[in-house]
Amino acid sequence: MRILIKNGRVVDPSQELDDTRDILIADGKIARVEPAIVDSEARVVQAVGQIVAPGFIDLHTHLREPGREDKETIASGCEDAAAGGFTSICCMPNTNPVNDSRSVTEFILARARQGGIVNVFPIGAVTKGSAGDHLAEIGDMHEGGCVAISDDGKPVKNALIMRRALEYASMFSMPVIDHCEDSNLADGGVMHEGYYSTLLGLRGIPAMAEETMVQRDIIIAAATGGHVHIAHISTAGSVAAVRDGKKRGVRVTCEVTPHHFSLTDKEVVSYETAMKMNPPLRGESDVQAIHAAIKDGTIDCIATDHAPHTYDDKNVEFDYAPFGIVGLETAVSLALDRLVNTGLISVLRLVALFSTHPARILGLKNKGTLRIGADADITFLNPQKKIAIDAERFRSKSRNSPFHGWKLKGSPAGVIVGGKIIWHD
Amino acid sequence: MQLKSRHLLGIEHLDKAEIELILDTAASFKEVSTREIKKVPTLRGKTVVTLFYEVSTRTRTSFELAAKRLSADTVSISTSTSSVQKGETLVDTVRNLEAMKPDYFVVRHSCSGAALMISRISQASIVNAGDGSHEHPTQALLDAFTMRERKGDISKLRVAIIGDIRHSRVVRSNILLLRKLGADVHIAGPATLLPPGMDRLGVTVTSDIGVAIRNADVVMMLRIQQERMDKSFFPSLREFAMYYGLTRERMRLAKSDAIIMHPGPINRGVEIDHELADCDRSVILDQTENGVAVRMAVLYLLAGGNPAGEAS
Repeated sequence: MRILIKNGRVVDPSQELDDTRDILIADGKIARVEPAIVDSEARVVQAVGQIVAPGFIDLHTHLREPGREDKETIASGCEDAAAGGFTSICCMPNTNPVNDSRSVTEFILARARQGGIVNVFPIGAVTKGSAGDHLAEIGDMHEGGCVAISDDGKPVKNALIMRRALEYASMFSMPVIDHCEDSNLADGGVMHEGYYSTLLGLRGIPAMAEETMVQRDIIIAAATGGHVHIAHISTAGSVAAVRDGKKRGVRVTCEVTPHHFSLTDKEVVSYETAMKMNPPLRGESDVQAIHAAIKDGTIDCIATDHAPHTYDDKNVEFDYAPFGIVGLETAVSLALDRLVNTGLISVLRLVALFSTHPARILGLKNKGTLRIGADADITFLNPQKKIAIDAERFRSKSRNSPFHGWKLKGSPAGVIVGGKIIWHD
Repeated sequence: MQLKSRHLLGIEHLDKAEIELILDTAASFKEVSTREIKKVPTLRGKTVVTLFYEVSTRTRTSFELAAKRLSADTVSISTSTSSVQKGETLVDTVRNLEAMKPDYFVVRHSCSGAALMISRISQASIVNAGDGSHEHPTQALLDAFTMRERKGDISKLRVAIIGDIRHSRVVRSNILLLRKLGADVHIAGPATLLPPGMDRLGVTVTSDIGVAIRNADVVMMLRIQQERMDKSFFPSLREFAMYYGLTRERMRLAKSDAIIMHPGPINRGVEIDHELADCDRSVILDQTENGVAVRMAVLYLLAGGNPAGEAS
């Protein structure tokens, strides 16, 4: 079965390509990328006015299966991802049980094969039970299919464990993804510490809680040669540290979430629990620093930190609500509207942030590119389409989005996963 | 004139005229509590539910007496004896009480924003009786009432507020109210208990109690909680008292006719010397007395200001 994508604006950062091309897909792989391909037997997909990019990869997704299937299942998370323009998602290990062993990894992959319409790449725990004490069986999980390790949801508190993890994971060429937060400094906080936390009487999580651990991780990565990937970077000090680390040749990469480039802590004045996530929405100057770091390349990728919670779990006092928001169906539109339409970055950079760079960080050689022979994972974008976000229509099982009702310009327009058309407008 | 909202969630939402309306109305209600028969028919047939998720003596009693003196029926629910113990959520508790058609919920909760949350799901008038470290609007109103009664025009006053600024809902409501009425406000506390951004509220911030108190017309002391010490906000109650306790000597820095206020309950010998708490410059019991009148005014005005019966 062959698919011929006609007349799209093909954007592939791995080849510095941004031009009108046709793409021929055969046997689930990219077969040709040329102007005006003719193939009378192929199924034709018209992509006039659309951007055709290597499939988008979300480096940071929380699927709640196993354990909290009422919030999300592997199948529902995959459907949500496809609707949002992603062809691959990397699921964090903080399920119940924690993905800290090959048997859990294999369970996730088996479920993904049964009902998952996008590629699922599990991320294994750094430590057993993500408890922070003893390394999990990182090599075995790698062989089982894990692409990275993380204790996300929690930091790797113990610096010695972080050192060992970076050293050990480097044998398998896997990054250690760290949720940087000194929990002593965070001190039970529920929002960013600043004027608004003072005004609202809510406990603050200071920027330094993140920044001290980002600095620590960069120091340990520099000393060990390991690859540390900073999850959901959110403060001016953190991006400055990463920028400096990169300049010195340290193997440090980082991701930012759409909410951290779109919202500030001012939003919390509503006490809406959809504004509660960790790291918290930061101050105006932090958001400006994030924008600058997206523009200058300090930030490598955009990841959703998709964290589904039920209505009941979120319909409580702000202090008692769990952290996290859903993000798979809003990420691409927010990035187009807030980063590309504003002139901050080009479409080529956007595709690098969503596809080329995540693939490179995870060492996925046949993804994040439209080179001949690569996996036929394609994301279509319609940069002109105006949308209104309606959380009630998310494919996710959860609705906890701060963006409900937002009007944005730019939208995903379809995905092809492994040569199979999942949807296309 | 009437209040714009049917809720009192915080001083933040009131304008100067509304604050003055509440204070003026309270003045006319104060006399009721001095009568032999302490009751007016103003809120007859109305139901006031006090829903307290935190312990309280004075605020709860004050609200209940205010409601009873207006002839409202009162029901008090405290979490230690309610379905909250069975794990019922705040939303479910309120929805169930709501089904019994109360006219007011007076809410005290340890979480900031709890009163606002209830106002979004209730048809009743919500009165915030203290939400976490956020606001305690009736406390600020009774403080203002007391200041006005003792010192006159609030816009001409220099007010010093001392102690645990970080965790205090009393200080937030007081700052908002005093700034709206144009007072000159100075706050002081140890650096660990001064949260960021206070200066953006239009107050002067210092860690030197002497600087804050100097030339003050009003010295307001805040309660310090023992558990703050356990989290290393300061080394000991002894050292806290050394730097931030109100003593006769420190009080000499204030104007000679300055008054001493405290929202209570007092830690005698910590934030305030034993003798000062009871001296004639202390208006602590006036605050408590005025609380009833202010809460009567609030309940009355939230009902639209002109229910069955007149204010006096």
